[in-house]
Amino acid sequence: MKKTYINGVGCISTQKTFDTVFLEEAVVNHDENVLAIVPPAYKEYISPAASRRMAKGVKNGIVASALAMKDANVENVDAIITGTGLGCIEDSEKFLKSILDNNEEFLTPTSFIQSTHNTVGSQIALLQQCKGYNFTYVNGAVSFESALIDAKMQIEEDEANSILVGGVDENGEYTTSLFKLNGRIKADNNAPYDVLNSTTSGAVYGEGASFFVLENERKENTYAEILDVSIINTLEENEIEAAAKSFLKSNNLEISDIDAFVLGYDGNAAFENYYKNIAENAFAKTPQLYYKHLSGEYDTASAFAFWMAAKILKTQEIPEILKVNAVEKPDYKTILLYNQLNGKNHSFTLLSK
Amino acid sequence: MEALKEELKNKIITTLNLEDIAVEDIADNDPLFGDGLGLDSIDALELIVILDKDYGIKLVDPKEGKSIFQSIETMAAYISANRTK
Repeated sequence: MKKTYINGVGCISTQKTFDTVFLEEAVVNHDENVLAIVPPAYKEYISPAASRRMAKGVKNGIVASALAMKDANVENVDAIITGTGLGCIEDSEKFLKSILDNNEEFLTPTSFIQSTHNTVGSQIALLQQCKGYNFTYVNGAVSFESALIDAKMQIEEDEANSILVGGVDENGEYTTSLFKLNGRIKADNNAPYDVLNSTTSGAVYGEGASFFVLENERKENTYAEILDVSIINTLEENEIEAAAKSFLKSNNLEISDIDAFVLGYDGNAAFENYYKNIAENAFAKTPQLYYKHLSGEYDTASAFAFWMAAKILKTQEIPEILKVNAVEKPDYKTILLYNQLNGKNHSFTLLSK
Repeated sequence: MEALKEELKNKIITTLNLEDIAVEDIADNDPLFGDGLGLDSIDALELIVILDKDYGIKLVDPKEGKSIFQSIETMAAYISANRTK
């Protein structure tokens, strides 16, 4: 069975994660409950003729995938696998609004064509002329992990040598307003918005696209090896520790083997204990990191964490802005990521140098 | 007629999201498709909807489109002669 290596990364997020080394320009925004993307120069990657019909999620996905391919120094991949929670929600909103505004008349195809969840994966394939396996997973907060599992299995089973895998989500104005109404996003006019020591429910929201080139061989530019990925739909607060230990055990590891533990704190006090209990007990002596104060919460925010963990394993440096506690390790060889959204869709991902 | 041409140029730029093109960049006789503005078949559908929604013109014969959508000049002339709103 072949191993899976991360050989290239690309990230477009609510921080400047392009044309930088590793979050040296990161800023925590306590004033906004919805963080906006820091846009790259799209024109450098997509022709104006092609980009004029693309919503930002598609453009971000294309740029992130181009950055990953360049980073991995590859021109072709065998497959493209995408994870997205809400897909191209901007164009979906546009199309549905047009139906209502025009009383189901005068409907044009553009926003409809681009409104499907697999638009990002298909546009990347069109630009790269990749006619291989192309699949999009839409599984809420484990969309990215679903894509990762598929990619890992394809590489292990020798179905593909190189795969572009990523997670992408964009904010749509109307959907954002609905998320504020149902409490998924923190209430307006309630700043400062804290992620780590929040006392209010709802998350600080964000958007982004992170893509990775996975290959079946270790190279000079390899970031990390993907050891394992696990998805569990439902867990109670008091079951997290046992689930984490069981996941580690299945990889012949113990908690003491973990050099950094990446947690998905998103500022939602109602579900914070999922992270807090395990962090303050079983993993109290492990360096702990968080990231959604930088990326915001969204269904594929864990792809940002994956990018972050890969960077840490390659650079062996952890920016101060990511640290939850003051525990340090001399080397960072094995990183465990844990994420969940509102008590559902739990995922554990294990990376090693 | 000049006002209508200006209006059409603005509508086309906005509806088709022609990011780097200004009204001044579109000459009245520039071809809209092919070598001119480089519009394609999806854009043609958008133009048909503009005619219907904003000027009350329903194109019954698709073959008519080719001559109507040649340029801003031909579009404006057709709209002036056939508009119902």
